[in-house]
Amino acid sequence: MMELDDLYRRVIMDHYKNPRNRGKFENEAVTVDLNNPTCGDKISLQLIVDNGMVKDARYTGEGCSISMSSASMMTEAVKGKTLEEAKEMASRFSSLMQGEDVHFDDYEDIEALSGVNKFPARIKCATLAWNALRKGIDEERINH
Amino acid sequence: MNRDILEQFPILNQEINGHPLVYLDNAATSQKPLAVIEAVKRYYEHDNANVHRGVHTLGSRATDAYEGAREKVAKFINAKSTKEIIFTRGTTTALNLVASSFGRSICQEGDEIVLTPLEHHSNLIPWQQVAKATGATLKYVKLQEDGSVTLAEVEKVVTEKTKIIAMGYVSNVMGVVNPVKEVAELAHRHGAYMVVDGAQSTPHMKIDVQNLDCDFYAFSGHKMCGPTGIGVLYGKKALLESMEPVEFGGEMIDDVGLYDSSWKELPWKFEGGTPIIAGAVGLAAAIDFLEEIGMDQIEEHEQKLAKYAIERLSEIEGLKLYGPRVRKVGLVTFNLGDVHPHDVATVLDASGVAIRAGHHCCQPLMRWLEASATARASFYLYNTEQDVDRLISALIQTKEYFG
Repeated sequence: MMELDDLYRRVIMDHYKNPRNRGKFENEAVTVDLNNPTCGDKISLQLIVDNGMVKDARYTGEGCSISMSSASMMTEAVKGKTLEEAKEMASRFSSLMQGEDVHFDDYEDIEALSGVNKFPARIKCATLAWNALRKGIDEERINH
Repeated sequence: MNRDILEQFPILNQEINGHPLVYLDNAATSQKPLAVIEAVKRYYEHDNANVHRGVHTLGSRATDAYEGAREKVAKFINAKSTKEIIFTRGTTTALNLVASSFGRSICQEGDEIVLTPLEHHSNLIPWQQVAKATGATLKYVKLQEDGSVTLAEVEKVVTEKTKIIAMGYVSNVMGVVNPVKEVAELAHRHGAYMVVDGAQSTPHMKIDVQNLDCDFYAFSGHKMCGPTGIGVLYGKKALLESMEPVEFGGEMIDDVGLYDSSWKELPWKFEGGTPIIAGAVGLAAAIDFLEEIGMDQIEEHEQKLAKYAIERLSEIEGLKLYGPRVRKVGLVTFNLGDVHPHDVATVLDASGVAIRAGHHCCQPLMRWLEASATARASFYLYNTEQDVDRLISALIQTKEYFG
């Protein structure tokens, strides 16, 4: 059960049970809907972008503790970041999933997901929200 | 079932995450007995050649092995003739063949294709595509509260416009056995054709296509102890004869000119390219293996396991079981409170118990169940009551873990 504990750390369960930024904006926002067709997980991510900066982020969706806690953390972490910084965080997150020794001093909760690396079948759960973020950033750039 | 059977499956004799493996994902694919592994190995070590063309000895041996497998399959499902047995890559390819060739040729605008919400994506999307291409409409049978299909509900949607009824014999999620024999009779009364997805039935019960009187019947080798990559489409001879091939190339031709060609006779006109010879050899060995144990014995064993599993699962507070309480097949689908099934499957895997979590290639059915995903344990001839006990204790652990 040691590795399981690595996977389901207290921080993760906290984000799963008390999700941050769960919901939808009433105002216009960049919206990305992404599915994980192999397992049925779904996320709808919304970003409010102003002047190249993520002012606010929310999400709705359904999925396991890993995918939903990851979405909770991601939305928390990107607030106040420029699109450039948010994109860099997303690639740092990919490195974390590949087992590299990277850090998130700007939002340490994310490091709790490092244990997912030992569960290859679950990496796609953790990356779903971050893939939605990348897609949202790309769409925002094309449109502006 | 006894210890001797377990010894036939070397893969089951291993530890996963420090615990003896309990494999309960048989509806996805079954494990392979030594007899099958050895048959494939022996074929490659002694008989391998291409079929239907070599004059040399190996060519004859390979052809005999491949066509011998066809005879075995024909007997196994009681087809009238080997001409009615088409080897395919699996159930998906077999159903696509019926839809693309037969479905598109007989459906016209305004015609109807009848399905159930239980269908696996492979018995759903091919018909959606037929409907889009021909202008036919899809109609769905209403399910009972426990997820089963009744003849009365099928009768309500079948009209004189119905051309095809396509239905799984056994649902891979609900574990229900559908009344396909009665539905086939109903279809024929309305001048429609009956297509049966036999992926989840053929491994677990005796199949007699003449008795069912279905027009087409599809199944996979890998769910019944055979190798992956081999499957079967059974079709009534007259219908197969009227159909155009969907794959063109070597092996399937009679005469080829610069501007026109003609096809071989049945069943070869549907088997373009070098076929899955070793797969067919493995499937034949799997049939021998299953018949030696006895299909009736396998069915009885699984029913007992399902009964025991449902009893034990019902003891777990907060566990939601889907489908009817009484099962004819060894398959149980459930959710453990609000713990997501992926999390359940991961914690179970840490205890060496392999189950499936997700939508099981049945997204419309998941919507009907109002679940985004479910967990499923599916049994086969080598599973035991001890395996069920291991599942139960791992589930109790999971519940405690997620508190």
